[in-house]
Amino acid sequence: MVQTLAYLKETPSQTAGPYVHIGCTPNFSGISSIFETDLGSGPLANEQARGERITIRGFVYDGLGSPLKDALVEIWQADADGLYNSPAETRGQADPNFLGWGRQPGDMQTGEFVFHTIKPGRTPFRPNDARMMAPHILFWVVARGINIGLQTRMYFSDEEAANAEDPVLARIEHRHRVRTLIGQREGETVRFDIHLQGENETVFFDM
Amino acid sequence: MKNTPPETGAFFARDRSWHPPVLTPGYKTSVLRSPQKALISLEGTTTELTGPVFGHNMLGPNDNDLIVNYARPGEMAIGQRILVHGRVLDERGRGVPGVLVEFWQANAGGRYRHKKETYLAAIDPNFGGVGRTITDDEGGYWFKTIQPGAYPWPNGVNDWRPAHIHFSVFGHGFAQRLITQMYFEGDPMIARCPIVRTIPDPQAIEQLIAPLDWNATVPMDMRAYKFDIVLRGRRSTLFENRKEGN
Repeated sequence: MVQTLAYLKETPSQTAGPYVHIGCTPNFSGISSIFETDLGSGPLANEQARGERITIRGFVYDGLGSPLKDALVEIWQADADGLYNSPAETRGQADPNFLGWGRQPGDMQTGEFVFHTIKPGRTPFRPNDARMMAPHILFWVVARGINIGLQTRMYFSDEEAANAEDPVLARIEHRHRVRTLIGQREGETVRFDIHLQGENETVFFDM
Repeated sequence: MKNTPPETGAFFARDRSWHPPVLTPGYKTSVLRSPQKALISLEGTTTELTGPVFGHNMLGPNDNDLIVNYARPGEMAIGQRILVHGRVLDERGRGVPGVLVEFWQANAGGRYRHKKETYLAAIDPNFGGVGRTITDDEGGYWFKTIQPGAYPWPNGVNDWRPAHIHFSVFGHGFAQRLITQMYFEGDPMIARCPIVRTIPDPQAIEQLIAPLDWNATVPMDMRAYKFDIVLRGRRSTLFENRKEGN
């Protein structure tokens, strides 16, 4: 026998289910007297925040191309200078007027999700690896039928040079799949659709 | 909060065999909502090592009391009063302080307060079914609620969900983000549930079953269930000197 390592196992995931909105966006689901607002539902940046304002719009599609109308999407990103508003950010103080995190349900009729945020700056790959990542936003999708939250990233179509040297995008062997991670700029709007299955299946990460 | 420097080490790789796979045909909705291509695996970057934190000042006084937080003044939700408590830990067994824990559930009759809910069980006018709290310095949390009921759902012809409470948990890095469900000790419906059975390992299922905690039961008031939640652990930064590709 050897000594035991005594690590614990991570709690297994279970689906967020059809009523995730009760727990995460209760006001949206019609329960309006418990919390004043739905956490993460406002713009991520207030008026004083630095950076270029953008609006991200998209749908989450199932394997038959139907938009999910019961999905919940969260995003996490750096500020305009590439700093995260997090205690684990050691490179400096992020813009206090920018939260960096947002949460939106898909529209109950159409399924579209909308985030009002700013375009993030570039961030280093890892604390010990100064290669720079291209501007990107982490997306996390949960819904009925999704057993464990799906994590992906949105990059920007107007950042071709930065995208070309991004160390995460470089890990994608099938190069034609990189386009599934590129949000398409149309003025201040960025379109980013997520495909759970099929020919255009979005690249999801285990990170 | 303790005045210790934040941890910034890499997270342990997630043991995907401990979690449910994406495609679980017994849970029919997963069939069209499961990615068919392999996940791209790599150790997290600064994006996943960091994550949002929320201050205790965002909490209202009844956020962690589902018995009264939707009830009319002087009234209470109907059902068996219970205390749910536990700790949020990491895989190294250390408490995770200051993290947001959100929970939601059906009422005592197994009915959710939701527009798309069609089960014929009665709505409780005094029960909303949602609450939240933030863990203390040791990672501890608690809330009061009523024991949720079981309910039928359209999957197989006669599938029922065991009584359960949904949990959404943040950590200190987005890589720790987790949504799961808590079940109750002794419920014979757990083993029959297609959603529980998306988890392949019986020991992993046991990790979701909260035992009755007799010592924490409040005499003449409410029984207690203890539910610890484990988030991914992170390596000590002492060893963080390896460059990718070296």
